[in-house]
Amino acid sequence: MSALAGRIAAAKAEGRAALIAYLPVGHPSVEESITAMVAAVEGGADVVEIGVPYSDPGMDGPVIQQAVDVAVRAGVGMTDVLRAVAAVAGAGAVPVVMSYWNPIERYGVERFAADLAAAGGAGAITPDLIPDEAAGWLTASREHDLDRVFLVAPSSTDARLRSTTAACRGFVYAASTMGVTGTRATVSEAAEKLVSRTRAAAPELAVCVGLGVSDGSQAAEVAAFADGVIVGSAYVRELLEGRGADGVRALSRDLAQGVRT
Amino acid sequence: MTTTSPATQTGVHQLPARPGWPDATGHFGIFGGRFVPEALIAALDELTEAYEAMRVDPAFLTEFDRLQRDYTGRPSPVTEVPRFAEHAGGARILLKREDLNHTGSHKINNVLGQALLTKRIGKSRVIAETGAGQHGVATATAAALMGLSCTVYMGEEDTRRQALNVARMRLLGAEVIPVTTGSRTLKDAINEAFRDWVTNVETTNYVFGTVAGPHPFPAMVRDFQRVIGDEAREQVLEREGRLPDAVLACVGGGSNAIGIFTAFVPDDGVRLVGLEAGGDGVDTGRHAATITGGTPGVLHGARSYLLQDDNGQTTESHSISAGLDYPGVGPEHSYLHDIGRAEYRAVTDAEAMEAFALLCRTEGIIPAIESAHALAGAMALGRELGPDTLLLVNLSGRGDKDVETASQWFGLGDREEVDPGPGLDTDQQPTEGAVSNDEAVAGQDAGETA
Repeated sequence: MSALAGRIAAAKAEGRAALIAYLPVGHPSVEESITAMVAAVEGGADVVEIGVPYSDPGMDGPVIQQAVDVAVRAGVGMTDVLRAVAAVAGAGAVPVVMSYWNPIERYGVERFAADLAAAGGAGAITPDLIPDEAAGWLTASREHDLDRVFLVAPSSTDARLRSTTAACRGFVYAASTMGVTGTRATVSEAAEKLVSRTRAAAPELAVCVGLGVSDGSQAAEVAAFADGVIVGSAYVRELLEGRGADGVRALSRDLAQGVRT
Repeated sequence: MTTTSPATQTGVHQLPARPGWPDATGHFGIFGGRFVPEALIAALDELTEAYEAMRVDPAFLTEFDRLQRDYTGRPSPVTEVPRFAEHAGGARILLKREDLNHTGSHKINNVLGQALLTKRIGKSRVIAETGAGQHGVATATAAALMGLSCTVYMGEEDTRRQALNVARMRLLGAEVIPVTTGSRTLKDAINEAFRDWVTNVETTNYVFGTVAGPHPFPAMVRDFQRVIGDEAREQVLEREGRLPDAVLACVGGGSNAIGIFTAFVPDDGVRLVGLEAGGDGVDTGRHAATITGGTPGVLHGARSYLLQDDNGQTTESHSISAGLDYPGVGPEHSYLHDIGRAEYRAVTDAEAMEAFALLCRTEGIIPAIESAHALAGAMALGRELGPDTLLLVNLSGRGDKDVETASQWFGLGDREEVDPGPGLDTDQQPTEGAVSNDEAVAGQDAGETA
């Protein structure tokens, strides 16, 4: 049974979209990042995307790069990530790991799946792993009953929307704009179109939208057409600008309000 | 010094047989593939499809041949260097002179192909990453020639080491963006170029500079660079009546090495030797010898050997040569290594600079410091294999861009009388450690912070 799908369905039953918060482990420190994740849950996040620090985050914009760089230089690794997974599960949200592929490959795919499941993690989002290259992860995630979240983009063909969603379990991550992570003034028009194309390809799968959502009104806009709203850079900025767990909690409240309107 | 007259006539292009790799999805055994965000897959598919159509299109082949002949100056000659070879155990050494190409290195071979492809798929802007600046200069050159707008990403550290090439790119009309993230070198320039590409993919083509990156880049860049080995094999056969015993080339990402190796891969008797940047020595941890000192993993869109720590973080590489200062390597090299068809060795900064100085003074050729690694490898291999061994070395670029770094290394800039330095007195055998370690370290530090 997919923990992610279950939580997103529960939100839907309440007539709203799910709120998914991203924060990387280890910024500003491991402890503070875990406290911030718990605060995000207290403010109303349904799911926390727990970011694995990586030296070459090719899909991330300057805000996340800056935060992750701190964690990489501090030597934060998978053991710290698994600790965050357990803490988020303890706080009552669904923990899902977000990782570029090399840290998982280096840790060992089978070992990662086993340890993630043992820590109470729902699964993993893999931004630079396409299903075509994911044979090892497909096997290990099935073995340990974990969710697999791959990405679709406005440039994805209909054939790729079908093959990618077929490999997903939990939800599919719709990268709303062509570009890297970061807050944007307006939600891309491409997002709604991508969601409807993705739904056509996979009517049963939840579609969550990421890239560019930063406040409650944007969250409301996206919640009108998606099953879940993913917010990353705006959360990270709360920590970068020194507002700490209180800032994260307040942002979650604003966004949680947004997904309910 | 004797120079072979051009042996290869670029007439009607005969497509040479490709090796049996990669497979249709870009895998060289377990290496290669595509580890990129989904957003780039459509662009990579478009490139693959357009390239596969273009590479057998007679109109393209005619145009490509014409540019290589009239613009680049191909075929490049093969030069025997007997005075240099006196320091290589009596081996005979032939240089494939990619330094004589327009723009001064082998990089132009690839960019002309990719620039033509850019026009064919209807895009108006190219982006590129560059380390030493040679690929950036070549891309800026091709963009100027074909009326494309051009942006080059270059690590801030490298813009300082290679200021001359920054100026060249700007003269050619390119925008040069210094990259200030991460280690501020080639690795980070590639990250920034990918971020630009995913954002601007509708108008922009990424002209990748080496045989790394996601499919189709490793295979496509190999196809554009293999002219080096195709020509050289014919030239050596014509002048010597036999194949060389070994073919040597420096390896950063590995495009000049793949370029000269490919034609010789089926020739089982020919050793293929890649020389990686050993920096201060592989055992010091300060090096860029990816295959010699690394482990398999995923970086910049492909699985290959890389320098990484236990958490899977890419570690910083170190080399006096900006063009080899890269913690990854093309997946085909990883494959050739694992199947035992090519061997990879590390050459330290000091060994490379000794060979650099030696070629300058014995043959009147100032090589790129990158290529000097291959020369140092030839000196060592020649001593191992003994007299009459025939070695073919890819002299991938010229050293004008490195004059500042070399002056600092040898302490030439601040002296009235120039110290001849290592290997400069050709009546004596070169001595190991002619530059003391202290001087070497001081020289390198000066090079990195100037």
